[in-house]
Amino acid sequence: DINGVGQKYHLELVLEDVLDKDSTVNCTAEVLYHLGNNIPPDVQFTIEGELKNAEEADNIFYNRIKSLEKELVAENIPDSHGNVSPEMEPVHLLAWVASGYVIWQNSTENTKFQLAQIKRVKQVKRSDEYLEFDYTILLHEMVSQEIIPWQMTVLWHPRHSVQVTQDSRQPKHASE
Amino acid sequence: MKFLLVFAALAAAARSEQLFVGDQVLRIMPSDEEQINLLRVLAEHAAVQVDFWRHPTSPGQPADLWVPFPGLQAVKVFLESNNISYIIMIEDVQELLDEEKKTMTKSRRINRSTSTFDYASYHTIDEIYDWMDMLVDDHPDLVSKLQIGQSYENRPLYVLKFSTGGSNRPAIWLDTGIHSREWITQATGIWTANKIAKDYGQDPSITAILDSMDIFFEIITNPDGFAFTQSSNRLWRKTRSITASSNCIGVDPNRNWDAGFGGSGSSSNPCSETYHGPYAHSEREVKSIVDFILSHGNVKSVISIHSYSQMLLFPYGYTTAPAPDHQELNELAKKAVSDLAAVYGTKYTYGSIADTIYMAAGTTVDWAYDNGVKYSFTFELRDTGRYGFLLPSSQIIPTATETWTALLDIMVHVLEHPY
Repeated sequence: DINGVGQKYHLELVLEDVLDKDSTVNCTAEVLYHLGNNIPPDVQFTIEGELKNAEEADNIFYNRIKSLEKELVAENIPDSHGNVSPEMEPVHLLAWVASGYVIWQNSTENTKFQLAQIKRVKQVKRSDEYLEFDYTILLHEMVSQEIIPWQMTVLWHPRHSVQVTQDSRQPKHASE
Repeated sequence: MKFLLVFAALAAAARSEQLFVGDQVLRIMPSDEEQINLLRVLAEHAAVQVDFWRHPTSPGQPADLWVPFPGLQAVKVFLESNNISYIIMIEDVQELLDEEKKTMTKSRRINRSTSTFDYASYHTIDEIYDWMDMLVDDHPDLVSKLQIGQSYENRPLYVLKFSTGGSNRPAIWLDTGIHSREWITQATGIWTANKIAKDYGQDPSITAILDSMDIFFEIITNPDGFAFTQSSNRLWRKTRSITASSNCIGVDPNRNWDAGFGGSGSSSNPCSETYHGPYAHSEREVKSIVDFILSHGNVKSVISIHSYSQMLLFPYGYTTAPAPDHQELNELAKKAVSDLAAVYGTKYTYGSIADTIYMAAGTTVDWAYDNGVKYSFTFELRDTGRYGFLLPSSQIIPTATETWTALLDIMVHVLEHPY
């Protein structure tokens, strides 16, 4: 507890590669939640060792999307039965990374967000080398149990980090 | 045509009559417009009712005509005398219906076994209702199906009773699917119910349990919500009851119980996912269980199964004060979670609801506990968020298998600690 500022947490955690459960990396982090909860928490972290190199998989995905005749459009990832087709898996993973940013920016000490589903994703045509995707995702907030639709525009290129250039909370439909 | 045959078979079966003996279907080949006209005239003016199963359209296109037995001779004379060529396509409609009925019953019998049911998939509400009847058929001396009430939309609330006899034996209550989007729970419920039935007489633990106790298992505890997740919104949680003062539908059935009702960790906003409802037990889905457990009077354990988070929880959720039996429940949870992890390495946390997950008022297990059911537990099954509610069906059987270990620990403890 830091008087007048907020609550600081010191964390020791293990990062596990989603695609390879045996590949783990130790991590320490400090998270400062500000008083008032209207600014995103400050996060500082250090990683012991290196994260796996995903260059090859990134390039394969990048080239595949670049060579599509029509812009990619997809819905409900995963589907009702939890399935994600192999072609959509990188789209799913990209959403995970991008939603991590959205979650961070909207977290307080009383929230716990998870990406529940990609409701819809639409590729946006670009003239430069970047790939751009317009996602509508559903975030599940654990404490309130709410499902919150969220729009996010994601930019990516294998040699650059993921960017969320725009995001906004969407209204929920009453009877849905 | 197949539809007609099926319809006819059903109609016949319903009236237990053989309506179509000797009837035939003729395939007629009109060679010109004049013959087509003649056929239309025949259909309209025949003394016996005939019916085109395939209407005459143009020359060279076949028309199929159903002719009841009494009219056969007259129709054939008519066709022959007008040089309209035909063949007998179906010699005896009744024979065909009988054959079809036999095949249908046979194929249903193949699917009609709980040992060939596909437990590794998610099923529709109707498939699960059918499966329940199969389970009872396959284990008539052990399993029966009770109806404890109706949902808001008048769906039946079915409970499977596992009993080897006795009269009002001490009982264990299990429920899955109270939150409809938690599909892994209904799926685990089916597998588990089958496991209980299958292992009785084979596995010493479940045999000992069922030799002295009964198990009541409600698999689709929120059928309206479940149907809605299949038809409209996969992530629907609540019931589907209409609230007079709001556009929003549904009450959180795990905030509707009379235990700290309306308190912290539940919402008075009808649009909220944790809306507690206008008053405790307002939901039929909840009230029916309350009535059942209270009138049974001898329920010793209530285990309510949810997802996700990988937790084993016990009272209280409506207060941070420890339950009187906290220590014993905590020890039992610790053991169950450890045995669960030994199966596939799945890590669970455990503790009281308020300590472990969040404050939640009006929950099933808090109500059960405050009404004398000491061994009240809530499971939160796989996973921890990667797939969340949309858990891949490939994880159904592993989840059910590891959860079974924990369930058995709890049930054995209940058996060995009568009160």
